[in-house]
Amino acid sequence: MRNVRGVIGGGVAIIVTGIFFLIPFAFILLTAAKDKTESALLEFSWPKNFVLFENLQAAFVARDYLMIIAFFNSLVLTVVSVAALVIFSAMVAYIWQRRGGRSAGFVNAAVLLGLIVPPAIVPTVFVLQKLGLFKTMPGLIFIEIAYGLPFCILLFRAFLAGIPRELDEAALVDGAGPMSIFFRVILPVMKSVIVTVTILQTVFIYNDFQNPLYFLPGSGAPTIQTTLMGFQSQFLTQYHLLFATILLVTLPPLIMFIFFNRKIVEGMAAGSVKG
Amino acid sequence: MTHTAPLTNQAGTARTRPPRAGRSRRRTGPYPLYFLLVPAVIYGVFFALPTLLSFYYSFTRWDLFTATWIGVDNYRAFFGEQALVTGLRNTLVFGVLTSGAKVVLGFLLALMLTSKIIARGYLRSVIFFPVLVSTIGVGLTFTILMNPERGLINQALGTIGVAGPGWLTDPALALISVALVDIWKGVGLATVIFIAGLVSIPTEYYEAAALDGASKFQIVRNVMLPLCRPATASVITLSLIGGLRSFDLIWAMTKGGPGFASDVIASVIYKQYQAGFYGLSTAGSVVLFLLVTIIMVPLTWWLNRGEDN
Repeated sequence: MRNVRGVIGGGVAIIVTGIFFLIPFAFILLTAAKDKTESALLEFSWPKNFVLFENLQAAFVARDYLMIIAFFNSLVLTVVSVAALVIFSAMVAYIWQRRGGRSAGFVNAAVLLGLIVPPAIVPTVFVLQKLGLFKTMPGLIFIEIAYGLPFCILLFRAFLAGIPRELDEAALVDGAGPMSIFFRVILPVMKSVIVTVTILQTVFIYNDFQNPLYFLPGSGAPTIQTTLMGFQSQFLTQYHLLFATILLVTLPPLIMFIFFNRKIVEGMAAGSVKG
Repeated sequence: MTHTAPLTNQAGTARTRPPRAGRSRRRTGPYPLYFLLVPAVIYGVFFALPTLLSFYYSFTRWDLFTATWIGVDNYRAFFGEQALVTGLRNTLVFGVLTSGAKVVLGFLLALMLTSKIIARGYLRSVIFFPVLVSTIGVGLTFTILMNPERGLINQALGTIGVAGPGWLTDPALALISVALVDIWKGVGLATVIFIAGLVSIPTEYYEAAALDGASKFQIVRNVMLPLCRPATASVITLSLIGGLRSFDLIWAMTKGGPGFASDVIASVIYKQYQAGFYGLSTAGSVVLFLLVTIIMVPLTWWLNRGEDN
């Protein structure tokens, strides 16, 4: 009897979420598969002339293969920033959680400020310019690391609280130095939270628009999000190409979601409920 | 770096013991402060230093090379110009509206997804997926779906006899429309946080409530809501901070328009920066900083305090 209600409730929920959440994505896919004239009608209909692959190709070729350059830049930005974030925030969280005392108070304050305070844009541009890092990929990578540290440190710290100190002490008794204790003993047991941090930051940094817009402007080395925004004016009357681009930009998160669904959802929930 | 650094460190902290004493080495030895060095420099140079500089430069006329002290003129300009005051008000409206809606909808969806309905895993995935999608992609898509004449939303409303509004073209509605899309994109995160909070409530509470003859509504009201308070606190904190700083979606959908009807502080900062008014833009950053701090610090304190009781 109870199951009947479950089936009805679930059925209604499937229809309602279908309307609100699936139709927008179906619209992207369908429009990306239409030819120029049909896509301009903005209708939610099956393409008369199915040209999805031609459109994807055209989106790639547009503006001298800008998409490929942008994908490459986003890849470099994401991989380097995330790798650095994982190592650095794990180290900070390790010292913070294990050491206590005045340094812990200092880290605590820095993390809280980093979570709340919105970055001051123009002074950051100014600092980057003084260092010769404005409009450069390394500059943007430093920015992503600086802005991502507080959140990642919190995630690592929460996890470290569950790892017994005896582990570090046993390694210490065996004569291991701080570096080898951290890299050979602590990092390996943090594998699951490393995966979580990696996935979350990959999504955040790949999707980031504001920071590349400010700190890596110009057409030299765009990321995928700024390129998509630029295509909007470029493709003002070419909705098929605009949506082919949106589809391409959406594919990497979709692929990640298919493979790491559970891990992403758990990580987001765990990371958000305070560490 | 070698092992000498931690030894000197601990010699400084543990004054009473000689540096090589075994007990002291065990206490601080494996946790050297030089682990903090690189991240502290990155955080300091690229985040903390610009934040400190912003207080000075917000009182100047600034072209990045020379700065002329002009006192509070930037702030006077900021609060004197109608467009910028609208931005301030819109930031508050946007932040409160989106985080409020995410709390209510997220909690209701989490209730649904922890009840005994079919296809829970599927439903959770569908609701959550927009969280991962590019904000710009979502913004551009909805801009087209919200097209007043040809957009899918108004066409669908037309078939059931409702004349859809000019979602993004009506100045009174533009900000609300962007907020709706922000809620659409973000409610999945609120939902999974609430689900995590709800499933962590021990079943004994439900059993005790059922034994006392509590109705379903009473269980939700008196058991579930208070016990998932940490989750509620997280959702409020996260979405309010995100909402007050929000830029990407607004920029992708309206660029603050029509006119400046949907401008928020973050988009004002960008526009002033583009126009070359660096001092004014920096004053905007300081205003945003103060706004977020004034709201978030007491709120975080209040939310966490309630948790201890």
